[in-house]
Amino acid sequence: MATLTLDGLRKSYNEREVVHGVSCAVADGELVVVVGPSGCGKSTLLRMVAGLETVTAGTVSIDGRVVNAVEPKDRDIAMVFQNYALYPHMSAYDNMAYGLRMRGMAREEIRTRVERAAAILQLDGLLERKPRQLSGGQRQRVAMGRAIVRDPKVFLFDEPLSNLDAQLRVQMRVEIKRLQQQLGTTSLYVTHDQVEAMTLADRLIVMNAGIADQIGPPLELYERPATAFVAGFIGSPAMNLVRGRLIAAGVEVAGGVVPLAVAGGRGEPGRPVLVGMRPEHLEPAESGPLSVRVELLERLGADTIVHGAAGGDGIRLTARAPGGFAPALGDPVALAIRPEHIHLFDLDTGKRL
Amino acid sequence: MERRVVFAGWLCPAVLLVPQMAVTIVFFFWPAAQAFNESLRRGDAFGLTTHFAGVANFAALFASPNYLASFWITAVFSASVAVLALAPGLLLAVMADRVVRGAALYKTVLLIPYAIAPAIAGVLWMFLFNPSIGVLAALLRWLGIDWNYFLDAPQAIMLVILAAAWKQVSYNFLFFLAGLQAIPPSLVEASAIDGASPRRRFWTIVFPLLTPTTFFLLVVNIVYAFFDTFGVIHNVTQGGPGQSTEILVYKVWYDGIVGLDLGGSSAQSVILMAIVIALTAIQFRFIERRVHYA
Ligand SMILES: Nc1ncnc2c1ncn2[C@@H]1O[C@H](COP(=O)(O)OP(=O)(O)OP(=O)(O)O)[C@@H](O)[C@H]1O
Ligand SMILES: [Mg+2]
Repeated sequence: MATLTLDGLRKSYNEREVVHGVSCAVADGELVVVVGPSGCGKSTLLRMVAGLETVTAGTVSIDGRVVNAVEPKDRDIAMVFQNYALYPHMSAYDNMAYGLRMRGMAREEIRTRVERAAAILQLDGLLERKPRQLSGGQRQRVAMGRAIVRDPKVFLFDEPLSNLDAQLRVQMRVEIKRLQQQLGTTSLYVTHDQVEAMTLADRLIVMNAGIADQIGPPLELYERPATAFVAGFIGSPAMNLVRGRLIAAGVEVAGGVVPLAVAGGRGEPGRPVLVGMRPEHLEPAESGPLSVRVELLERLGADTIVHGAAGGDGIRLTARAPGGFAPALGDPVALAIRPEHIHLFDLDTGKRL
Repeated sequence: MERRVVFAGWLCPAVLLVPQMAVTIVFFFWPAAQAFNESLRRGDAFGLTTHFAGVANFAALFASPNYLASFWITAVFSASVAVLALAPGLLLAVMADRVVRGAALYKTVLLIPYAIAPAIAGVLWMFLFNPSIGVLAALLRWLGIDWNYFLDAPQAIMLVILAAAWKQVSYNFLFFLAGLQAIPPSLVEASAIDGASPRRRFWTIVFPLLTPTTFFLLVVNIVYAFFDTFGVIHNVTQGGPGQSTEILVYKVWYDGIVGLDLGGSSAQSVILMAIVIALTAIQFRFIERRVHYA
């Protein structure tokens, strides 16, 4: 039962600022995912919350108490590291018991807690093994166990799944989500994988070069990305972002004119803009405002991803068509899109219009 | 991954091996064989002829209180040198590991003693503590300590131990520092979050992970104290007063070169050889079985 509040959090390394003022209030029991490309400052943000890095400016509060100057051990947090950081010379049991022992808990209480965590994480029978005798997935679970036995106020995860293979990652993702819901512990979770972020998050923070571009529920970010960066980062395949120009009838883009839901109000005609269209919203049609020449087909079974060239100036569009859709390479395909699915961004600032 | 070079014929590998083999044979096997041979023989009163004497030399050694005393002195000396060289080495490494600015300078300065030959180190300590001209000896006197290691056996032992250990601290420092830097920082961070104080972090996480390094260094230091400290002893005390600092390796030299008892001296060196072989074997066994922490 705890809330976590970040207020104008900044971090500089030798005069170079890498986190530029991130604010976010994580509600009790909420799982907030920080997502962004490599080097955008996600780990730095998390480590400031953990107390492993000093805060340059701003505050971190847990349950309303500012903890900037509080030692990591006194913040009542638990962290799962990317490389698990299991103590190699201790058994799985001792790894999980370590934090409890350091806090002087009674032996029987430790045993009860570790065994309960082991049962939840399906680690029974593996407790006497050393980390090197465990598989990647099992180590991951021990690392989770070490966090949950402590029953902390806040869980912090730094890319906990990135060392696992794709299949295990999907499985552990579901397990983490279930576990977090079951325990109801406030969590901050860092990842660079947007699918992982979308599936886990109650709310997402999309980081772009040290700035939180947008904070909100996954679907809101998907439906109304606040910046071109968020638009391109969230969703797979990535949104098409191409230059266009506002005209009275809508927006001129990729050699066609697409009508807009709310004509006007988004800028005077003639203004150049960045037009965003999700592949899943571009549908093959009898005749459409847009037309591409098929360059490549990705047949995924349920869907076919069509990569095509539009117009003469090398603009490429990606569309997601039904699985049966099978044009020949080089064929022209007409694409239609509903006006409400058009996103417009400022060409310079990348802000949503 | 193991990389192997495959040679077509035998000539090239043979030629490549010759220098190493030659050095080993000339400087190790041959003298070792000679010592072994010598250790089984005894000379006549004039040193002109020798005759086969079986294990008489060895029997005489183990019956000699002097030799047994030297064994005991060597044990105390080696253990003390090892501890006094390891503990400060570890302490300095832990502190240097935390330094961010000027780390290279600290490391360089801390490594200088290792570049000094044992004999020179001995002379250095001798001058510092010489009862008549030593600066530190004067200081000790001033503090009311009756300092004269030429006469006082415990003082003499302490001094050679200090001199021998001082030189080895650098070596241990270097290995401990490398060992510390190989420990992933996230382990220490995890234990900090788990609630361990810096002291407990060290004793529960860092020190156990340094065990392989510590064991390796322990053996190296013992070997050093046994065999490489001749120069220190020779320059500081010449084994005295009496025989109070006469460690085994010094006694080999003294009995053989000064006492001209070649048979007895050879027997002593054969025993030393057995000890170093045993230590090396332990070391190798350990390295083979050594735990590799991921
Ligand atoms: N100790 C440090 N000293 C100087 N710069 C640092 C330090 N740690 C991180 N940085 C810089 O801060 C920026 C953010 O790093 P951070 O580790 O938070 O990225 P990240 O988003 O976690 O990336 P990744 O997905 O690769 O883990 C990077 O540009 C990095 O070079
Ligand atoms: Mg990171």
